[in-house]
Amino acid sequence: MEFEPVIGLEIHAQLATRSKLFCACPTEFGQAPNANTCPVCLGLPGVLPVVNRRAVELAIRLGLATHCTIRLDSQFARKNYFYPDLPKAYQISQYDRPLCERGWVEIAVAGEPRRIGITRIHLEEDAGKLVHEGRDPTASYVDLNRAGVPLVEIVSEPELRSPEEAKAYMEKMHALVTYLDVGRGDMEKGNLRADANISLRPRGSDRLGTRTETKNLNSFRFVQQALAYEIERQRAELLAGRPIVQETRLWDALGKTTYSMRSKEEAHDYRYFPEPDLAVLRLEPALIERIRAELPELPDAKAVRFQRDYGLSAYDAAVLVADRATAEFFDATVGHGADPKRAANWITVELAARCNEDRASIADLRFGPERLAEMIAMIGRGEISSRQAKTVFDHLYATGRAPAEIVREQGLSQLSDAAALEGLVAKVLAEHPGQVEQYRAGKTKVLGFFVGQIMKATGGQANPALLNDLLRRKLA
Amino acid sequence: MELCESPIRELHRRRLAREISTAEIARSVLGRIERYETRVRAYITLTTGDVLSGAEAADAKLARGEPVGPIEGMPLALKDIFITAGIETTCGSRILKGFKPPYDATVVERLKAHGLNLLGKTNLDEFAMGSSTESSAYGPTRNPWAFDRVPGGSSGGSAAAVAAGEALAALGTDTGGSIRQPAAFTSLVGLKPTYGRVSRYGMIAYASSLDQGGPITRDIGDAALLLNVISGHDPRDSTSARRPVPDFTRYLQGDLQGVRVGLVREIGQAGQLDPEVGLALQANLETLRALGAEPVEISMPSIEYAVAVYYILAPCEASSNLGRYDGIRLGPRAAGASDLRELYRKTRQQGFGAEVKRRIMLGTFALSAGYYDAYYVRAMKIRELLREDFRRAFARVELIAGPTSPIPAFRLGEKLDDPLQMYLTDAYTLPANLAGLPAVSIPGGFTRAGLPLGLQLMADHFREDRLIQAAWAFEQATDHHRRRPALS
Ligand SMILES: [Zn+2]
Repeated sequence: MEFEPVIGLEIHAQLATRSKLFCACPTEFGQAPNANTCPVCLGLPGVLPVVNRRAVELAIRLGLATHCTIRLDSQFARKNYFYPDLPKAYQISQYDRPLCERGWVEIAVAGEPRRIGITRIHLEEDAGKLVHEGRDPTASYVDLNRAGVPLVEIVSEPELRSPEEAKAYMEKMHALVTYLDVGRGDMEKGNLRADANISLRPRGSDRLGTRTETKNLNSFRFVQQALAYEIERQRAELLAGRPIVQETRLWDALGKTTYSMRSKEEAHDYRYFPEPDLAVLRLEPALIERIRAELPELPDAKAVRFQRDYGLSAYDAAVLVADRATAEFFDATVGHGADPKRAANWITVELAARCNEDRASIADLRFGPERLAEMIAMIGRGEISSRQAKTVFDHLYATGRAPAEIVREQGLSQLSDAAALEGLVAKVLAEHPGQVEQYRAGKTKVLGFFVGQIMKATGGQANPALLNDLLRRKLA
Repeated sequence: MELCESPIRELHRRRLAREISTAEIARSVLGRIERYETRVRAYITLTTGDVLSGAEAADAKLARGEPVGPIEGMPLALKDIFITAGIETTCGSRILKGFKPPYDATVVERLKAHGLNLLGKTNLDEFAMGSSTESSAYGPTRNPWAFDRVPGGSSGGSAAAVAAGEALAALGTDTGGSIRQPAAFTSLVGLKPTYGRVSRYGMIAYASSLDQGGPITRDIGDAALLLNVISGHDPRDSTSARRPVPDFTRYLQGDLQGVRVGLVREIGQAGQLDPEVGLALQANLETLRALGAEPVEISMPSIEYAVAVYYILAPCEASSNLGRYDGIRLGPRAAGASDLRELYRKTRQQGFGAEVKRRIMLGTFALSAGYYDAYYVRAMKIRELLREDFRRAFARVELIAGPTSPIPAFRLGEKLDDPLQMYLTDAYTLPANLAGLPAVSIPGGFTRAGLPLGLQLMADHFREDRLIQAAWAFEQATDHHRRRPALS
């Protein structure tokens, strides 16, 4: 039997606010345990939450960019459960009246565009974390620096049909979050993570199968791998006639498998109810319109512009806009006068490859877009060959120094001075009268011999096009 | 009358006139504590060490001719539900034993800015859950009017302290009547402000949508005085109102000429009231009429569900609010737990008393999947109907009057085995909490046996001024508030 996967993602993205969602503590990463805490985020008796307006605005921004309806009367709710990293024993979240509802984003897999529905985007606070290294190796320690850090939870409709689509959707959401300055999207710090819901059903059926949820996937690759694993696992179960158990699973990145965390029977009853410490969050339509007016150019619009204004292929444009920093680097390189197609090529091929090898990002580069533009201009002027440019680029990437300087120091420049080459050509022809005879007698392949001689003499720096041109003229 | 038995405003007038000193006032109060506290047991924690020097500091300012505010240096008490920096705050529970908070409640900050001279933290029903102060983990408080009786609850310690002269006034909190009912049981004034009038920041939450702090005082003048200090918007409390705060002492004047006073038909029907409470009510209504008030019968059909609605909603919120007492960060942690689940279970089993456990279980149940709609959602709907009843009523009348409690102070232990009977004693006070309305209990007479009775007045949102004006007029016409218990 052929099965069709039904996938929905819940993405948690940390909002780029300076302070926490309900208190004034900083959200800064990497502080000493519990340094970023106060009575409110410690959940001490008597404290009350106050909503961070900035967090609300950022969530609205994301909601607008994903075509959601923004609720003018959304409400916070308490999600109750016990865990040591949850100091109040409830998380302030949103339940039946979320801030943003019914939106969509477009994704493309293998050139096929698809619209994926967004059920809701709501605000909630993060929990702290348990630390298992401390003075007493048998004890657990609680670090509440993250407790109260603002998150949005973005819930998709179960409309994704493959791990590739899920990955593309998550990449799209990451791009949006970073383009909008809604979050920093730093996956390694857990700024963006996904819970993946998946069930299988016979292809053609419109009934939903029993689903599993794999939690805390903090990379695009993990989302794809975990879903691919779940599809195979569930398929095997179904083919063996075993029912799928509704459960929460975790991803083991080393073993590349998922494993059960808790079953439905063990699932919490979160006893959601409206947060009585916070009034209904009433918003003015004017505020929403102001935020809409301030939205920056989004990836889809950017890709259209790159194709229209710069003549890029849809593929190149898509690759460039997938990451905000890359797109901006490209825009700036072109802004410094670089040929757009050359710039796109260098950025999507050479630069991408090196960043990938080093697990680095555009932000880590030692050079700016003006340097890349300078190098591309040198190629255009014939001062360096494309082959030499690769060497220049290696140095540029490693040191960030000006391309002209690199060329000079490394002795890479093509001899493009016609007068200087003319003298050399005359000298070589005078030294080899026999070969000149042969050429003039019709053995034109002797031309290669002269090229070789001159390249030897210039250490390979002669501009090949100019040289060929000169030789032909002198030998004619 | 001893100094410790006098209203603050009168004492302030006298100290400004140099008839008495603040130190004399403090010594009078401290003397009462010395003599009677072992019997009354109004306090969980006494902080009396600095009280005399606090009073002397106010006197020194007076001597230098510097301005001194009316409560500056005056010995006051706080219900042990208000967070006080560096002073143990237990909320009447074993689970918070030893908890010395790192911050002050907003009302404590405001009192300190006006020269708070703190005597100590008063006893209460554990987490304010109760109507008798008997559920405190620190033992019951006794009613200074009859030591074998309860002082009411949950702010029973505050009421008993003021009634016994062990404090000039005190703050309490009121979730379903916890300021007004103890005030009624001890012949004091207990004012529950409009929800949102007084910041809840630093007031340990029982039921967040119902809790409100307020004063327990000897007369309405002192209540207005303290209300001036503790009222106002607090940016740390999102439910606190952005409303201007008038000088409430301005309303200590006038009569009730033409004021329409609503009498709820559904309250005080046959069998609900103790006969002596009924008689006192009739007398009090006569007094109001004599002052010019026009009684108007009103109907509030939803009021009969108030007790049921309250005992669903308050436990729901409480079950969530009390989740944080899990032994991880605060209070005593149970020993010998083998895993996390057991640690939580044992800590909470040992840390909470029976009434708190009962309400946590009620609330947890009512919020559970499958029951939420039947209990929480329905209760919220009826709460809305009740608000609507009040909206209609206050379109017709300025005040609603009635008994604060259907019965006078009962004997210690009398209702402990019957929680439902205990819950029913709140029937007349908790509608104001459900609707967020201001209400006051003022001394309204005594039974033949000498037990105090309260008259409750309710007004529309943010109309504390009307309560104060009416209470003041009533006080001018009566002398219940001038009687003091014969301590022996
Ligand atoms: Zn904080």
